Amino acid sequence: MNGIPPEAWGAVFLSLKVAAVAVAFSLPLGIAAAMALARGRMPGLWLLNALVHLPLILPPVVTGYFLLLVFGRKGAVGAFLEQAFGLIFAFRWTGAALAAAVMGFPLMVRAIRLAIEAVDPGLEQAAATLGASRIWTFVTITLPLMLPGIIAGAILAFAKAMGEFGATITFVSNIPGQTQTLPSAIYALLQVPGGEAAAARLAAISVAVALAAVLGSEVLSRAVARRIGGRDA
Amino acid sequence: MLEIALQHEFGGFALDIAFSAPGGVTALFGASGAGKTTVVNAVAGLMQPDRGRVVAQGEVLLDTAAGLCLPPHRRRVGYVFQDHRLFPHLSVRGNLTYGTRFAPRGATGPGFDQVVEMLGIGALLGRRPGALSGGEKARVAIGRALLSRPRLLLLDEPLAALDAPRREEILPFLERLRDAGMPVLYVSHSVAEVARLASTLVVLGGGRVLAAGPAAEVLADPALAAQFGAQEAGAVIHARLIAREDDGLAHLETGAGPIWLPDAPGQPGEELRVRIHASDVILSRHRPEGLSALNILPGVVTRIAPDAGGRAWVQVRLGQDSILARITQRSVAALGLAPGVECFAVLKSVAVTRDDLGH
Repeated sequence: MNGIPPEAWGAVFLSLKVAAVAVAFSLPLGIAAAMALARGRMPGLWLLNALVHLPLILPPVVTGYFLLLVFGRKGAVGAFLEQAFGLIFAFRWTGAALAAAVMGFPLMVRAIRLAIEAVDPGLEQAAATLGASRIWTFVTITLPLMLPGIIAGAILAFAKAMGEFGATITFVSNIPGQTQTLPSAIYALLQVPGGEAAAARLAAISVAVALAAVLGSEVLSRAVARRIGGRDA
Repeated sequence: MLEIALQHEFGGFALDIAFSAPGGVTALFGASGAGKTTVVNAVAGLMQPDRGRVVAQGEVLLDTAAGLCLPPHRRRVGYVFQDHRLFPHLSVRGNLTYGTRFAPRGATGPGFDQVVEMLGIGALLGRRPGALSGGEKARVAIGRALLSRPRLLLLDEPLAALDAPRREEILPFLERLRDAGMPVLYVSHSVAEVARLASTLVVLGGGRVLAAGPAAEVLADPALAAQFGAQEAGAVIHARLIAREDDGLAHLETGAGPIWLPDAPGQPGEELRVRIHASDVILSRHRPEGLSALNILPGVVTRIAPDAGGRAWVQVRLGQDSILARITQRSVAALGLAPGVECFAVLKSVAVTRDDLGH
């Protein structure tokens, strides 16, 4: 199809799947971590902050290596998850999603945290005086008001997941049809003679997906901003 | 019934207050920094004082001695914030109904349609707070608090940011609310608002209660007059509107005799509160004649408090009510004014404005 080998198309769809799953599963955790960092007053928050930001600073290969140590089939968590739930990460697409989620997490948390810090606590106090418990207040006031940040964070994490390479290839290798994501496919095509044309086409797809993500986030956050600060219902 | 006792220290400021009020509108009056908002926040549960006890309508909201501190959402106090704090992502309708779902089943109060009509916000229901003017926001905030069916309404300077016409839109509504029996704790630094609304007046200064009692008594206390400011000090007398006369003046009857005022609102037979600024009152030992002032009421001097700059505050009893007069100590001496002395209070009709008249 269009000079792109079928297995390369597989890489495109795998990448989309990996990114979508990574964002879907990390989003609730990202919101919780951002809430803790923005509003929490317990000791040890600096540790959480450091942990969240670690993948941003570490070489991706090192992150991938740690993932292999912890979530590999002989790793402490990996072995437990396989025994308890039959969930295997190492050298599976689920592992690629885990690597993408971990690498995108700092970006997601930073965006959401900024949005939480912009929410006026006075509005939450007002909700409390009207009878809303803390959970109700969070669901009906805080969450809708931080929605632009959640969308921005999710799209950033999605884009990061689409492009993740180092940690993914270290943790789950580059198995066509199984763990070969878009960047790994481009890398693989560039390793064989005559692969440049197909690699260029995949790169173009990569650019298109990134542009679509940026545009989509722009349209979405404008629509949400209109809903939140707007003049009409 | 409202009982408040609070002790709290923060940033070098010590708050130590206690007062109780029988119901109606309890006004907390004081300069900025007197601790008014801290008191209201403690009643709402938004801040926890070092020590304190708050009882509203028989329900203990806070009692640090007993280790009891209800969280804000279980106190059922409707708080109208100075900055209104409308939810920007909800429509006016969504804001108004926000608290209704949390109100207990048995709670009574005005319904949605009634509140919308009373506040005149029917045309705004579909809008968002971003599209409202200051006066509209204040009305929506009051409606939202009311519709949560509170046992006590807290109003923190809800009219402070509004101009006079906007205030005049909301004050009659607050008067009706008071007359319907809704207990209100009203924070204000406007003597005009306090004189119109308050049944009980608590004067705060430097974190202490300087005076607390029935509003008419506190406003007529010469020892406190300086707290209200030289231009603003003045007491409230009660008058019944008798008739509107052909030249535009309204004839009212007070406990000490008839008075004539321009701009009096309401229908004949209605009771009005008339605020008389102390600096607008002239005292005379004899009934003056050939004077342009229309209102001359006989009374008895009850108290005199000297003030700085050779001035004095004189309290004069007029029938059931008392007024304050601000005159010089020289005049006090020249007229031989002392408690028990009979005199006439001269009040210019045009000195009383719409702002001074309440129901």
